[in-house]
This record gives sequence, C-alpha cells and structure tokens, in this order.
Amino acid sequence: MVQNKSLGSRSFDVVLFIILVLISLLSVAPIIHTLALSLSKASLAMAGQVFLWPKGLTLGSYDKVFADKQFFLSFWVTIKRTFIYTLFSVMATVLMAYPLSRETKQFKSRNVYMWIFVFVMMFNGGLVPTYLTIKSLGLMNNFWVLILPGLVNVYNAILVMNFFRNLPRELDESAGMDGAGAWRKLIQIYLPLSLPVLATITLFNIVGTWNEYFSAMIYVTKSNLIPLQTYLQQVVVTIDPTKITTDNVSQLTSVSDQTLSSAKIAVTMLPILIIYPLLQRYFITGITLGSVKE
Amino acid sequence: MAKLLQKESTHFHLMLLPALVLVLIFQIYPMTGIVLAFKDFVPTKGIMGVWHMPWAGFKYFRFVLDNPESKTILRNTLIISFGKIITMIIFPVVFALMLNEIRLRWFKRTVQTVVYLPHFLSWVVVAGILKDVLSLEGPVNWVLHHWFGVEPQMFLGSNDWFRSIIISTNVWKEFGFSTIIYLAALTNINPSLYEAAEIDGAGRFQKLMHITLPGIAMTIALLATLSLNGVLNAGFDQIFNLYNVLVYDTGDIIDTYVYRSGLMSAQYSVATAIGLLNSVVSFILVVFTYSMAYRFANYRIF
Repeated sequence: MVQNKSLGSRSFDVVLFIILVLISLLSVAPIIHTLALSLSKASLAMAGQVFLWPKGLTLGSYDKVFADKQFFLSFWVTIKRTFIYTLFSVMATVLMAYPLSRETKQFKSRNVYMWIFVFVMMFNGGLVPTYLTIKSLGLMNNFWVLILPGLVNVYNAILVMNFFRNLPRELDESAGMDGAGAWRKLIQIYLPLSLPVLATITLFNIVGTWNEYFSAMIYVTKSNLIPLQTYLQQVVVTIDPTKITTDNVSQLTSVSDQTLSSAKIAVTMLPILIIYPLLQRYFITGITLGSVKE
Repeated sequence: MAKLLQKESTHFHLMLLPALVLVLIFQIYPMTGIVLAFKDFVPTKGIMGVWHMPWAGFKYFRFVLDNPESKTILRNTLIISFGKIITMIIFPVVFALMLNEIRLRWFKRTVQTVVYLPHFLSWVVVAGILKDVLSLEGPVNWVLHHWFGVEPQMFLGSNDWFRSIIISTNVWKEFGFSTIIYLAALTNINPSLYEAAEIDGAGRFQKLMHITLPGIAMTIALLATLSLNGVLNAGFDQIFNLYNVLVYDTGDIIDTYVYRSGLMSAQYSVATAIGLLNSVVSFILVVFTYSMAYRFANYRIF
C-alpha cells in the first residue's frame, strides 16, 4: 500500500501510538494492581501505598491462601468440574453439529431438532421454575448439578455446524461412496479438519466453567462441592446486607484484609491468564469463520 | 433392527439423543413450572403438588404491574442496558478504527492481546478487583484527590454513581473483545478503494470518512440491531457482584429482583410471574431483531 508520510500524518501516528499504549495500560492496570497488592506487606497495602508495584515484597498472603483448606477443596472441585464439563460439552456439541449440518434431504427431521434447540436457546422457564426442577430431581448438593444443566450449548453447536457446512461437500460424498457411515465420517473426516473451531469452543468451555459461580451458589451447600469462584464470591465479594448500617458504611468499600483477598483473586484468575494467550490465535479465526453464515 | 441401523438417519438421531434428553430435562420440563405464576403457592404441598394448588388467575401479574417497585426496577434495567448498548457501539468502533491505522503488526497484536484479557475474567474476580480499586482508599480515589482535588467518592455505595460505574466498568471489561468483529469487517474492505482514493489525492481523514466508515457501517447497524434483544438483560453477574442495599434504588434490575424475591424470600409465584413476563418480551425481541437483521443485512445464525 502506498503511504504518503507527511509531517501531519507522522505526528498523527505518534499520538495514536500514545493513546493505544495508554488504553492498553488502563486495561491491565487494575489486574496488575491486584497482583501488586497480593505481594505487598499488609500494613503498607492498608495505608494505600501500593499502586502498580508491590511494596515490602512478601509471599505471606499466598502462604495463608494455601493454608486455607476450603480454598484447596474449591480449587480441586473447579479443576475436576472444568475438565469433565469441557470434555462432555465438546462431545455433545460435535454430536449435535454433524447431523444438524446435513441438508434436509439427507436428514428429514433436521428442522424439527433445529427448531427445538433454537427455541430453548431463546426462551427459558426462568430462574424459579429451573431451581424447583433441580430440587425436585434431587440434584441439590450433587456434583452433577455442576455439570449437566448447562451441558448443551446451542450457540456453540451452531458455530461448529456452520464450520462443518463450509467444508467441501465432495469430501463427505466420496467418503460415503467408499462406505463410510455417519460416525466414521464425523470422526475421520470432519473432526481433523475442524481443529480451529474445536479449539475455540474448548477455550470457551474452559473459561466459562472456570468462571461459573451461580449454580453452586444456589444448588450446593456442601463445602467439598463449592467451586473456586463461588468461594471467592462468598468470602471476597459478598457484603452481608444485615451488617450494613449508615455508621459502618465505609467498611463497604474497604476490604478488611486486602492482601489476602488479592491473593485469593490472583490465584483464581491465574489459570485464565496462562491459558488465554496460548489459545488466543485459534479463537479469533474460530469466531470469524463460524459465527456468520453468508 | 439391523436394517434400521443401516440407515444414516438412525445414526443422526442417535447422535442427537444425549443433547435432546438434557434439553428435555433441564430446559423444556422447567417450562411447565411457569404454571406457578398462575397458582397460589401452598408451601405444605411442596413443589410437586403445584397442579393441586388453587388457581390465582392473573393476580400475581396484576400485583407486579401495580407495584411501584416494578417501575423502579424496569427503569434501572432500561437505563443500564441502553447505556451499555450505546457505549458498546461507540468504544469498540472507535478503538477498531484506531487499531486499523496501525501498520506495525507486533504492536497491533500486543495491544489486542492486552485489551481482550479482561473479557476472560469472571465478574466475581472483576468485582473483587473493582471493590478494591474503587474503595475510598483505592487508587482511583487517590488519583482523583491528589491530581484533581476531588473529594473521595464511595463509588459502589452511592446512588449518584452506581449506574455510571456499572456502564463504565462494562466498557472496561468488554470493549476490547467486541472489536474483533469490527476488525474482521475492516479487513474485508477492498484495498484497491484506498489506492484509488490516494491517486485522487485523499488524505487519511478523507479515506476514513469515505471508505473505512461506510465499509463497516453495515456491521455497526447489524450489531446495534442485534443488541436490542438484550434490553431487558442488564447483566445479572455484574450487578449482583457489585451492588448492595445502599444502591437498590438505582442498581436493582429485573434479574437481581427475581433472584431476591424468588430464591431469597421464597415468593415463588411473584418471581415466576416476573420471570415469565421477562422471557416472553425477550423472546419477542429476539425474534423481531433476528428477522430485521435477516431482512436488511441478510444475516442468519443457522
């Protein structure tokens, strides 16, 4: 591309650079601040001395976090849940996507299924009926309540379905002529060609499950089933409304033990901070290829 | 049986079976619970006895519609969602246009990675961070006080501030990720248009106004249309994790109210009635916006 580099254009570039650097800093500054707090001496943190760099470097609050038995239990529940959920959800998604990607000629009931799935994607019974259903099924305080209810993700299935539809039809036809059945076609033809979109939904599932706190909050009371985010929600984020009076209103906004809370937040977000840059290059292609069907 | 298994469609049904069963149990079956909105709930009969409870007609709907609290909640929901919709069009578009002017690929890539990051953190984590950052002794108040002489503000405990905080923290968390779609649209603009414009002597600003913006106008209009279907959803996770009793007047939205009245105070029928109204209106909005998007932009999701 031809670029005419006049003086005005050049200074515009410099200003643009500075603005973008500032926006980037602003995006991560709160996260860095929390990491800095978690590594600082509690007294200096309380005095409001810590900004983006730890003061009085110490790992003391991390020692406390890892000495917390509930934290460990919750960490383990989250790992187990994320792994099982992601595995099952990706399987269910792929199994939905392949039949739904067929033409109506090849699979007559396709539109009926599609209609059901799209309907439940757009309409739901609401919070109370769903809660009462789970209760009446006896799933309260059961590990599977953290897995099963959200397992079918229609949006992801549509993403994969659109990806499948964009693959050359001749592949499917020739495999069929060589005698491959539906399962063999799915596993040996479609899946190997769909790695970008599979990586995308895997990342979405991992992040989504890791971050989910609500179902455990309403369906689980047993301490060995409480995921990390729900635990964090209970100990760091929730302010007990009964304790709020106009006198101690200022407590609302000042965390009692900032460094400990920050360390808990840091450990909770760390796996996301590690996994996200690794899978980033996949999900961008995955989203742009699968989301819009022209 | 053997003959049945030879048919390809039998295998298609088998593949769809697990998803169908899960959807029937966890999504279709709860829809029958909607009947609670039309029943007087009798706690002694338990939830399974709902069919034997006395009919209440539209009593609970009338209660909801006459309740002055409903107006507050609806107003909060609409103000917050429209605030989010408008800011989440402006900021991502402007940011995508700025990034598009950058030719250094490593710089562009780094900026993208950094600004997408907050999207992947949960609102629980972000709320934990924000409660500290926005506290009286936190860095935001420090900067405002020492640099601009503003008295420390209790951002999360003040009705004057709460909605602005919700809308701006949403921008902080999501604007980067929302640029993906605009950046994709920008790469689809034909480069020969720019070359032709340069030959005609167009400057950077003229190219922006006459090629780039019209090039992504359709995408902007499309996303704006689609975002309308979420106007009754002002974001439960964010508000639930950031609000408190002090800011119910400005921060309580439909979803948080349903949660408190339904699960905390066990007003099952009232909460179900609100939930049903919400679901029906949202459903109509989704169908409407998708058909608009299909008609004008030929957009479809499946």
